[in-house]
Amino acid sequence: MANKVMSAKDVVAQIKDGMTIGIGGWGPRRKPMALIRELLRSDVKDLTVVAYGGADVGMLCAAGKVKKVVFAFVSLDNIPLEPYFRAARQSGSIAVSEIDEGHMLLGLRAAAWGLPFIPSQIGIGTDLMKYNADLKLVDSPFDDKQWVAMPALKLDVALVHADRADSRGICQVKGPDLYMDEWMVRAATKAFVSCEEIVDTSFFHAEQEARAVYWERCMTTGVVPIAGGAHPSSCMPEYGVDMGHFKAYAASVKDGGWEKYFQDFVACSQDEYLQKIGGMDALKALPKKSY
Amino acid sequence: MTTEITLVDRIICAAALAWKDDGEVLATGIGVVPRLAASLCMKSINTDLMMTDSESWMVSEPVPLTNSCASSNIPREGWMGFTRIFDNVWSTKRHAMVGPTQIDKFGQANISMIGSDYNKPKVQMLGARGFPGNSISHANSFFVPKHSKNVFVEKEEVDMVASIGYNASRLPRGHKVDDVDVRMVFTNLGVFDWKGANHGLRLLALHPGVTVQDVIDNTGFAVEIPANVPVTADPTPEQIAILNALDPKGFRAFALG
Repeated sequence: MANKVMSAKDVVAQIKDGMTIGIGGWGPRRKPMALIRELLRSDVKDLTVVAYGGADVGMLCAAGKVKKVVFAFVSLDNIPLEPYFRAARQSGSIAVSEIDEGHMLLGLRAAAWGLPFIPSQIGIGTDLMKYNADLKLVDSPFDDKQWVAMPALKLDVALVHADRADSRGICQVKGPDLYMDEWMVRAATKAFVSCEEIVDTSFFHAEQEARAVYWERCMTTGVVPIAGGAHPSSCMPEYGVDMGHFKAYAASVKDGGWEKYFQDFVACSQDEYLQKIGGMDALKALPKKSY
Repeated sequence: MTTEITLVDRIICAAALAWKDDGEVLATGIGVVPRLAASLCMKSINTDLMMTDSESWMVSEPVPLTNSCASSNIPREGWMGFTRIFDNVWSTKRHAMVGPTQIDKFGQANISMIGSDYNKPKVQMLGARGFPGNSISHANSFFVPKHSKNVFVEKEEVDMVASIGYNASRLPRGHKVDDVDVRMVFTNLGVFDWKGANHGLRLLALHPGVTVQDVIDNTGFAVEIPANVPVTADPTPEQIAILNALDPKGFRAFALG
């Protein structure tokens, strides 16, 4: 029987220069940040990153890992403009493929379903059509209109964070929103899932637990138990977003820069990281804020 | 007993009318003023409106603006995670009110980036977010806290056209400007729609003390000015009471910057 439990290092060892990686979550919510930190400590470069972006995208840009970002936004919600993504854009150092939030869902679905594109009307009349050569107008066999073809977003690797998983890759998200994680996983050749805890398969026998499983275990390449692995993003209902940490992170762009943030919070093990942020108790005490 | 009516309450009450005749659609207000306007409308004007908690639940009652964690108190009526948001957007059964950084004479709006070089923006903002899909799918209204030529730009078009407007030259084969529905604009100067000649911006009402000249001086393109321009209505005590309940901490006092 397959045992898919592995370490963050094992995951990053499978990420090669020039790959396209999809990152789950949404802005400052349920991002696989511990896996991102492992990636930040590696030599991997020239990545194309597909994400509903937050600090994951900002940090990868700051560390010079990124060739291109496929994005509709990069934001920390209450800090609307992600500081390091902004700096990367304004210095002209990264390429972008800017799309609508809905385009990303369509592109991931197209990849998951083995289609070259999915037609839509999203983008008509806007500068997405001017600046993004990936979006193309196509004719329809059924009417005389032109439609926008959103190409498949095929991912070499997806990185997502779940609440819990078993060793065979059954993954559960109990939070109020799955975001597009299911489609990131389905669009990827290899999907790696960090999780708060590993459980026995029997955990999922109960109906209410099985209902919070959104993809088949064959879609999961590896599972990595990392408690607190989404911090500083949220992992509801386990813990809320750490706005204090994000404020310090955002301030670091002007005070100390990426090198200082990297030394303080990236150049360490996950255990050391948890100690620096006050341990799981501090994490569990974060406000579970409503919007 | 009289209390002074604040400008922000006046704007919220005017903006609440944006969804008056929409029937059963999802009302989405992004930011304090649009959210309170949508909430006020759902509470007192169009009680068929639908709404979310701004995260992942459909709610039967607008959720007040607080920083609380009382998720057990959310009056849920269904789940509305982000994948389902797009099902709703593309169904057209939605009317959003948003706050663009730039708006041009076509009603095209920008929240993506500022500058003339797309590959090296002067200011990177949010990105196009859901503006392209929203604007081609359903009605959208705008809230502008500081009406100026920085927002209502003099240049032909906004720096990055993130949402579609009434610009026929941009439409691919088979699409018509009449399919576009840029609805209302609410600013600190007055109320507008896009039903001027050729879908141009049209003044509908001015807030007390604001002149037509103020509007002309602060808008970078022509505004259609009707012969008679009314003053926006005073909020009623009932409306103020609803707003106080929806915004018990008074966040709206800071919403005009």
